[in-house]
Amino acid sequence: MNFFQIIDQLAAVDPDVLDRFDSRRAVFSSLGSVAKRSALAATPLFLGALFQKAYAGTTSTPVDVLNYALTLELLEADFYRLFLAAGTLPNATATAAITQIKKHEDAHVALLTRTIQAAGGTPVTGTATTGIRFKPSAFPSTYAGQLRVAQLLEDTGVRAYKGRAAELVGTTLLTTALQIHSVEARHAAHIRLMRGQLPWVNSADDLATDPTYTSGVTGTTSTQVTTAGGAFGIPAYSTASPAESSTVIGTVPLTTGITTAPAVYSAADAAAAFDQVLQPAEVVDASRAGGLLA
Amino acid sequence: MSDNLQPRGSDDASFAQPLYTPIKRRSFFMYAGATAGATALVMAGCSKDNDPVTSDNLINVGSGDTGVLNYAYALEQLEAGFYTRLRTGTYYTGLGSASAEKQILDDLYYHEVIHREFFKAAITSGRISDSLTPDFSKIDFNSRTSVLGTAMAFEDLGVAAYNGAGQYISSPLYLTLAGKIVSVEARHAAIIRDLVMEGSFVGNDVVTISSANNSASAGGAGSSGSSQERSKTPSEVVAVANTFLAEGSKLNVSGLK
Repeated sequence: MNFFQIIDQLAAVDPDVLDRFDSRRAVFSSLGSVAKRSALAATPLFLGALFQKAYAGTTSTPVDVLNYALTLELLEADFYRLFLAAGTLPNATATAAITQIKKHEDAHVALLTRTIQAAGGTPVTGTATTGIRFKPSAFPSTYAGQLRVAQLLEDTGVRAYKGRAAELVGTTLLTTALQIHSVEARHAAHIRLMRGQLPWVNSADDLATDPTYTSGVTGTTSTQVTTAGGAFGIPAYSTASPAESSTVIGTVPLTTGITTAPAVYSAADAAAAFDQVLQPAEVVDASRAGGLLA
Repeated sequence: MSDNLQPRGSDDASFAQPLYTPIKRRSFFMYAGATAGATALVMAGCSKDNDPVTSDNLINVGSGDTGVLNYAYALEQLEAGFYTRLRTGTYYTGLGSASAEKQILDDLYYHEVIHREFFKAAITSGRISDSLTPDFSKIDFNSRTSVLGTAMAFEDLGVAAYNGAGQYISSPLYLTLAGKIVSVEARHAAIIRDLVMEGSFVGNDVVTISSANNSASAGGAGSSGSSQERSKTPSEVVAVANTFLAEGSKLNVSGLK
C-alpha cells in the first residue's frame, strides 16, 4: 500500500483533502520520517480512521447548501419587513434604500425556493408568523439598533455564501449562488455607509469585535440543522474559519509573502482587502445569525 | 481550507492598530516567523496547466484554473494601475485630507494593490506578465466625473468577471479564494456608485431587477426580477478591459471555458 500515492490521487480529485485531516501540520508531523510513513502505511486501521474522519459528513447535497442560503434570506427578508414596519426610518433616502434591499431579499427567497424545487428538493419556509423568521424579541427598538443588526446580517450573509460556494463547484447552481453573494456584499457596503462606517470589514469598525467578524465554532460531525421552517444538512468542520482580521489568504501571507509589494499598506489594509468565509456551524450558532431566528 | 495556517494568538494585537499605521519592523518579523512554513505550500497545484503563450500580440491567459487566476490577475493589475495613477491627478490631490472620498480612494488603492500582489505571489507557475501596460489616455484624472465614472466601470466589471468565471474553476480552494476577493470588489462597486449618486449601490444595469441578464454566460442567466448580479463571460469582459490596455498587453481569454 502506497500511502502517499493514495493521498496524491485523492488530492488530484479533491484539492482540499489535506485540509480534511485534522490539519496539514498534524498529518505531516505525524508522518515526518520515511520510517514512520512506512509503519503507518502498513496499518490499515490508521488509514481507515483517518479517511473516515476526513470525509465524515461531507455528504451535504447542493439542496442542503441552497436551503441553508434560503434560511438566511428568509431571516433577512423578515428582518427588513420588521424594519420597514417599525416607523423609525428618518428620511425618504433611507426608506428607499431599505425598501430596495428588502425587495432583493424577497427576490432571493423566491429564486432559491424555485431552484430547490427544480432540483427535486423541499425548500425551507417562513412567513411573518411561522417557520423561519426574525425573533421578535431580538428586534431593536431604535433606528441605530436596527441598522446595526442589518449590517451584521448582511456581512454574515456574505461570509456564509462564501463558506459554502465551494460545495457547488461543478454544478450549474454555483453561478446563481455567486450572483446572490455579490449583491449581499453591495447591501452590506451601503448599510455600512448609512451607519457611517467604511464599506468594507476593517479593524476600525465599531462592531469589529462582534462574533460576526470573528470565528470559533467547529463541529466534529456532520449534522442536520433543524429550524422552525425545515431542516438542512451541514458538513463537519474540524477547524474554525479564519477571522476577518486574518492576513493569510490561502497559503499566502499578505504581510510578508508579498515581498515585492510597495510598502504602502498596513496589515489592517491587507485584512480589509479580503472578506473571509464563515462555516455553517458558526453561522447558525446562537452568537450569530442562529440567535436571531424565532 | 488552508486558512488554518494563519498566524494566531499574539499576532492579533497588531490588528488593533489605526487603519493607516505602517507595519512596524518588529511585527513584520513576527509575521515572518509565524508564516514561514506556510509559504512553501503556495498553490503547487497550478503546475499542471499549460503555460500562457503570447500570439497575435495578445497575452494569452492560458486555460484551466491557472487561466482563471491569470485572468483575475490581469484585471487586478489594471485596477491597481488605475488607482495608482489617479493619485497624481488634481481631482485626488485636491481632496481634503480628512474627507471620506479621499479615505475611500486610498483604501481602494491599497486593496487593489494587495489583490495584484496576492495573485503575483499565489500563481507560482504559468503566470502572465507582471507588468501589463495600461492605456488610460481616455481618462481625465483631473475630473471627478471621469475618475469616478471609470472606477465604477472597473469595479462593476470586476464583479461581473469574477462571478462569470467562477464556473471555470475546478478547485474548491481557488473558488473560495476568488470569493474572498469578489465580495470586496462588490463593496467597492457599491460605494463608488453611491459616491456618483447616493442610493445607486445597486441598479438594473448590474443586478437583474427589472430585466433579465442577456449575457451569453452559461449558467449566468438571471431572470427579470430575480435580483442576481449580472455576470459576464471572459470574452465580454476583455472586450472592455482591452480598451484600457496598451498594444502588447491586451488579453486573449479563449482558453477559458
